[in-house]
Amino acid sequence: MELVFSQLLDGVSIGSVLLLAATGLAIVFGLMGVINLAHGELMMVGAYVTYVVQNLFKPLGEGLFQLYYPVALVAAFFVTAVVGVFLEKTLIRKLYGRPLETLLATWGVSLILIQFVRSVSTPMVLGIGVTVILGILVNRYLPKKIKSRPFAPYLAGLIWTASALLGIVTISAITGIGNRALNKPWFGPRNIDVTAPKWLQGSWGSIAGIELPGIRIFIIILSALLLLGVAWFLTKSVWGLRIRAVTQNRQMSNCLGIPTDSVDSITFGVGSGLAGVAGAAITLLGSVGPNLGAAYIVSCFMVIVLGGVGNLVGTVIASMMLGIIQSIIGSGSLLIAFPDMPKVAAAVVEFFATTSMSYVLIFIFIIGFLQFKPTGMFPQKGRSVEA
Amino acid sequence: MTTTTATQTILNVSGLNVYYGESHILRNVDLHIPAGEMVCLIGRNGVGKTTFLKTIIGLLNQRSGSIEYDGTMLQDQAPYQRARHGIGYVSQGRDIIPRITVRENLLLGMESLPGGIAKNRHIDPIVFELFPILEQFLNRRGGDLSGGQQQQLAIARALLGKPKLLLLDEPTEGIQPSIILDIENAVQRIIKETGISVLLVEQHLQFVKQSSFYYAMQRGGIVSSGPTSSLSDSVIEEFLTV
Repeated sequence: MELVFSQLLDGVSIGSVLLLAATGLAIVFGLMGVINLAHGELMMVGAYVTYVVQNLFKPLGEGLFQLYYPVALVAAFFVTAVVGVFLEKTLIRKLYGRPLETLLATWGVSLILIQFVRSVSTPMVLGIGVTVILGILVNRYLPKKIKSRPFAPYLAGLIWTASALLGIVTISAITGIGNRALNKPWFGPRNIDVTAPKWLQGSWGSIAGIELPGIRIFIIILSALLLLGVAWFLTKSVWGLRIRAVTQNRQMSNCLGIPTDSVDSITFGVGSGLAGVAGAAITLLGSVGPNLGAAYIVSCFMVIVLGGVGNLVGTVIASMMLGIIQSIIGSGSLLIAFPDMPKVAAAVVEFFATTSMSYVLIFIFIIGFLQFKPTGMFPQKGRSVEA
Repeated sequence: MTTTTATQTILNVSGLNVYYGESHILRNVDLHIPAGEMVCLIGRNGVGKTTFLKTIIGLLNQRSGSIEYDGTMLQDQAPYQRARHGIGYVSQGRDIIPRITVRENLLLGMESLPGGIAKNRHIDPIVFELFPILEQFLNRRGGDLSGGQQQQLAIARALLGKPKLLLLDEPTEGIQPSIILDIENAVQRIIKETGISVLLVEQHLQFVKQSSFYYAMQRGGIVSSGPTSSLSDSVIEEFLTV
């Protein structure tokens, strides 16, 4: 029995990680309807921010190093939120109401982010800086006369292309100097390791003989707090009301005086920031690499669809269910806990007792479930749905 | 009415042309609304009345022509900026935000006031005096109200933004007679008490007759206009589906 309980705890903590990752997506996909395939890569960005903050704290000594993790969580939120707002303003905004294009474009973004993390180095950052500064400055100080001409958008495109070329020249020039330390990629394609601070390592005591591993309990608490925070933000805050209004009726919200552009940016920013926090939490569970996102994105969408789009309670239950199924079935602990079960049952349990087979079981379960409840566990109800 | 208010206009539309893609909807529309008056735009279905209102609030952009509101030109302004300048809009579909409460819908009406809903949290009880049903249903979801109740909510929401110009798009369409009366009385009372101007698109004759000026639209152009008192039965028959 003890084993089942500790597996249950394990499942809840896997579910909590899923919940952390899916909360952001519940906002971006559930509320805004944007299929953001780069959500997993935003988590990856959050994980790398945590790594950077850890390295910044290392020279400060053992005492201060213990404090790096809370700082990293906040930094991960804000850095990914800024990345998200940038994405929304430059790309996603142009694709509202076009799910197929959004799907392809965000997939492209995810590839770019992965490759960026793999190969980012000092010359590359300098080159990108040159491109951005040139592009913005030249376009801003263009004479007004030229700006009002019909060919202005093409000219702006040309200027950006030229600045990009100059940026590439800058990169190759700096690389050509041949300074090994300078040219070295910051992270490279290999996995990075984040050391959890001492207060998170080890056990946080035990209940009825079951050890409470600090990291797992911390993740459960973190995801619960974040979920409460998001629920408060959406239902009680002024921006939450604006977000709900805009996502339900964009045109009328605009006519009422709500700046819909800013609302879109903030919504997407918050959703992305939450992905960053999820990424920061995942670093505690093991080493992470540029491909971190791929492992989570499918599970995230699964949670959203199973729970009912746009419903936070459904998101919680769905992620816990997936986490528990994965840990109890996937580990095969049922066999050990109940050795006397009939042979047929034992054979079935054994068949699904690996991580990948437990995924198969989860997919079968979801497909079956959606046959009976196609809109998820908690679909929208009432007159407003039919309208 | 003194001569000074008679010469002041809150809305001056001239030579307005609006297209949906390549189809020409509004053709050289000229329309003026004197401050503090109710002006009515009549015409049969599909002549462009709703398109005209949508262009004024900014949901559609004109290809040529100008809209001057309260001394400023409205070109290139987003709807939310126009709302903040004091244009209230009650759309034809009512457009109640469905999955938030009636209270929240009313609060959103005050988003166009300075400071928005962050600074304005108090719902003026006048709207409950005008539409008592709203106070009773404050905690219901907007989308669960009936059509007539939603219409009252939409008007109350627009009024809470203290607009200088109120655009009403067929407020009595598909609504039971007793509520039509409530709505007519409410609009009358608001005009008297606050001195706002109203542009009304309407088919309901009783309501049309309460306005001081009328404009009649046909195939996207204004074909007849004047004081409502001069509306003859033949004009009414031609432009209203009575």
